[in-house]
Amino acid sequence: MSVLTADLPVSRSLPGWAGTAALLAVAYVAVPIFGTSYLFEAILLPFLALSLAGLGLNILTGYAGQVSLGSAAFMAVGAFAAFNFNLRVESLPLIASIALAGFAAAAIGLVFGLPSLRLKGFYLAVSTLAAQFFVQWALTKFSWFSNDSASGVIDAPPLSIAGVAFEGPVGRYLFSLTVVTVLTFLAYRLVISQTGRNFIAVRDNETAARIIGVPVLKTKLLAFAISSFIIGVAGVLWAFAYLRTVEPAGFNLDRSFQILFIVIIGGLASIRGAFFGAALIVVFPLVLSRLGSFLLGDIFDSGVLDMSQRIVLGTLIILFLILEPDGLVALWDRVRKRIGTGLRRS
Amino acid sequence: MQAMNYAFGGLGSVPFPPDVQEHLAGLDARTDDGGARHAEARDSALSLSSISLSFGGVVALTDIDISVRKGEIRAIIGPNGAGKSSLINVISGVYRPDRGHVRIGKNRYQQVPTQKLARLGIARTFQNLALFKGLSVLDNVVAGRAYTVRSTFLGQIAGLGRARREEADARDRAGRILDFLHLGHVSGRLAGTLPYGLQKRVELARALVAEPDILLLDEPMAGMTATEKNEMAGFVRAARDQYGTTVVLIEHDIGVVMGLSDRIAVLDYGRKIADGTPEEIRADQRVIDAYLGVASENEDGEGI
Amino acid sequence: MSDFDWLFFIEVLVGGLLSGVMYSLVAIGFVLIYKTSGVLNFAQGAMLLFAALTFVSLTERGVPFALAFAITFAIMVVIGIAIERTVLRPLTNKPPITLFMATLGLSYVIEGAAQLIWGTQVHGLDLGIEDLPFDVGGVFISQFDIFAAVVAAGMVAALSAFFRYTRIGLGFRAVADDQFAALAIGLRLPWIWATVWAAAGLVALVAGLLWGARVGVQFSLSLIVLKALPVLVLGGFDSILGAIVGGLLIGATEKLAEVYIGEYFGGGIEGWFAYVVALAFLLVRPSGLFGQKLVERV
Repeated sequence: MSVLTADLPVSRSLPGWAGTAALLAVAYVAVPIFGTSYLFEAILLPFLALSLAGLGLNILTGYAGQVSLGSAAFMAVGAFAAFNFNLRVESLPLIASIALAGFAAAAIGLVFGLPSLRLKGFYLAVSTLAAQFFVQWALTKFSWFSNDSASGVIDAPPLSIAGVAFEGPVGRYLFSLTVVTVLTFLAYRLVISQTGRNFIAVRDNETAARIIGVPVLKTKLLAFAISSFIIGVAGVLWAFAYLRTVEPAGFNLDRSFQILFIVIIGGLASIRGAFFGAALIVVFPLVLSRLGSFLLGDIFDSGVLDMSQRIVLGTLIILFLILEPDGLVALWDRVRKRIGTGLRRS
Repeated sequence: MQAMNYAFGGLGSVPFPPDVQEHLAGLDARTDDGGARHAEARDSALSLSSISLSFGGVVALTDIDISVRKGEIRAIIGPNGAGKSSLINVISGVYRPDRGHVRIGKNRYQQVPTQKLARLGIARTFQNLALFKGLSVLDNVVAGRAYTVRSTFLGQIAGLGRARREEADARDRAGRILDFLHLGHVSGRLAGTLPYGLQKRVELARALVAEPDILLLDEPMAGMTATEKNEMAGFVRAARDQYGTTVVLIEHDIGVVMGLSDRIAVLDYGRKIADGTPEEIRADQRVIDAYLGVASENEDGEGI
Repeated sequence: MSDFDWLFFIEVLVGGLLSGVMYSLVAIGFVLIYKTSGVLNFAQGAMLLFAALTFVSLTERGVPFALAFAITFAIMVVIGIAIERTVLRPLTNKPPITLFMATLGLSYVIEGAAQLIWGTQVHGLDLGIEDLPFDVGGVFISQFDIFAAVVAAGMVAALSAFFRYTRIGLGFRAVADDQFAALAIGLRLPWIWATVWAAAGLVALVAGLLWGARVGVQFSLSLIVLKALPVLVLGGFDSILGAIVGGLLIGATEKLAEVYIGEYFGGGIEGWFAYVVALAFLLVRPSGLFGQKLVERV
């Protein structure tokens, strides 16, 4: 299966799952022991939420070929839905609120996915902007969503599952990590299934897909729903685990573009791509700011940082599209292969 | 057996393959004309009646009647722009004809429902490759079983019994088709990375794995070398012989068609100008004027 | 309906149509590039910001209007050609959506560069036209709106004439029609592309000045691209006429909706209303008002 082999290159001596298992062991054991609170708050928590959002968008855009510019809207739906389910339905476990939030995002995603049945390419991309603007407007406009809070900014509830509280940066990290791990595993199962194959078929040649009997319309809507579900849950993690507040402003068009950039830079149609892309997106501003203030000193204030960030990010996108359209994942695999052959030779 | 050949004598003697002849012999052996017509109707796999099609004033097809019998290899030929591809797009429901209808088995359609095509027992290939470039060769062929999938995506994620069985069955069949078409050695490669000739063959595999009653081939040999063409012709014939599939073949290259087909219809400027056995077509003056002359000129000026 | 205030309705409608002209102007910048290279240039908004910011920074430093205009125009042409050479040409034959994403990246670069060079503060821009209401038979119309509409209309007319009557304009139309055929008959594509990008730069400059005088020259100018997108969807990405009619339609319905039904939604609907109108329209006619309907070839 190409998706499988392309995605998890089996190393010569170890079975394919060994790398993943090792990675999980490090993430669950080593990182909580050695990680500083800065690492969790500034890097790992946003990284996990954005990775999940990138994963969701990659299912829609990378696998099913439907470009969306409204991902942040679905994050917002997820975050606000989880907040409201948790607030308004008594004794509903948090995990149920999160799942319901995912379904709410999926439902909204389904509605805004309807144009995909008739529209393609740019027209569809533009129509997904409608989701972005409409959702952001609705959440700002109707204070019911934010429980009539005067500032529109609301505190997220504490994270706990089955009586176990996930407090502090490490607790929230472990919570996010678990959610991301479970959803990533399910997404992986999906993309190697018949449905995943249908996604790619619709992406690569819609007419041929229809003719061989792929239910094209159903497949597209399913891609929208599943993608929105995952992005919605990512929104919950972003608000509940990372920011600890829920506010519409954070889920703006720039966020949507950011998630699209994660997918492009990381690698379209690759599960790992979302994680690679998110890592770069989260880490590079921090590196840039350190580097900038080290080289330029005081001139490099936050305004300059912000602008140079935009320039570097934009340049990266263009460079990746021109030089490495398959993203960091492809780059990584090539480097690994080269190291592999180098080792064998020596 | 004799009786059957006699019955179809008036329509041009058709060299049926052995298995199909047996099949036909078992169906009806009456010799009178009425019986023949009856047999014709029953054995018709596909027929087009007075199909006309135009694109914003540009006429592509005018009043086309073509019938295809079960188990035959039916070629439709004609110079570039004669409307061959439009015709196959009408049969597969990609285009809706302005007038006329398509009969598939017992059903009549003004526009054939494309999304049901596979379930109606029709599979097709495309003139310009239409493989799924991001899937492996094997997965492309497995995708040809898409119309049989009943399991839901949740079942597939969970790996429930039905999803598992469907997947195993599809892989099994795909594997066999790949071997049949001598594609086993490339089954793991991404379809988009194969040479052109092989991609054409993968398309044939994807169509065959659906086990269609009718196979529509849109210029399956276009752009191939002579060796590849002969190979492809062999595969088409073998597919018909092995699976009893009715084949509708669109071709530009008249040479290959003559040896391969049972009956040939010739299109020119969107009209059918001749219809008959290869021998009849070869002798038809209009065909020679409209097509053969052009074709030989084309060979001299290839690349224009 | 006796209570209906027709005068007010007309006032709103005219106001909407006039701002629609401004949308059309931005949208035409897109159409020019889309027609020749098949790219939906998302960076058009950033170009507009860059142009307005450059112009206003020059005049603030004492450069006279005409000179500042000429310098900015020259810079826009250079930027346009640079974009064509360094970003779009290496991506030739890539899927259109890839090109679109590249222009998305480009818009980040240009926005960042514009503000890095000229700063992030809001600049006022005075074109010498006062924004006074103007009484036409009881209907009050903003003088500035009329000026902007006239300039935009003049711009559209000039561009149409250029592409209709000049040699390079004919070349543009040939390329828009069939790139390969145009190449085959010996048209020099780089020249035509350069011209088109220069024209798009000019459109960006004029639109940037008009919008800048309206809302101040600041970062949010680049978001005007978001206003132009529904116009393009409505009018078809490849039709100048569509951009004009689409702009007027969007401008008018948006203002009317804001005034008459906005209150039922609690206001602020102009952010998404245009999109909903365009979408609803698209579901009926997927290729827009004047876009070409393509026959699927398989």
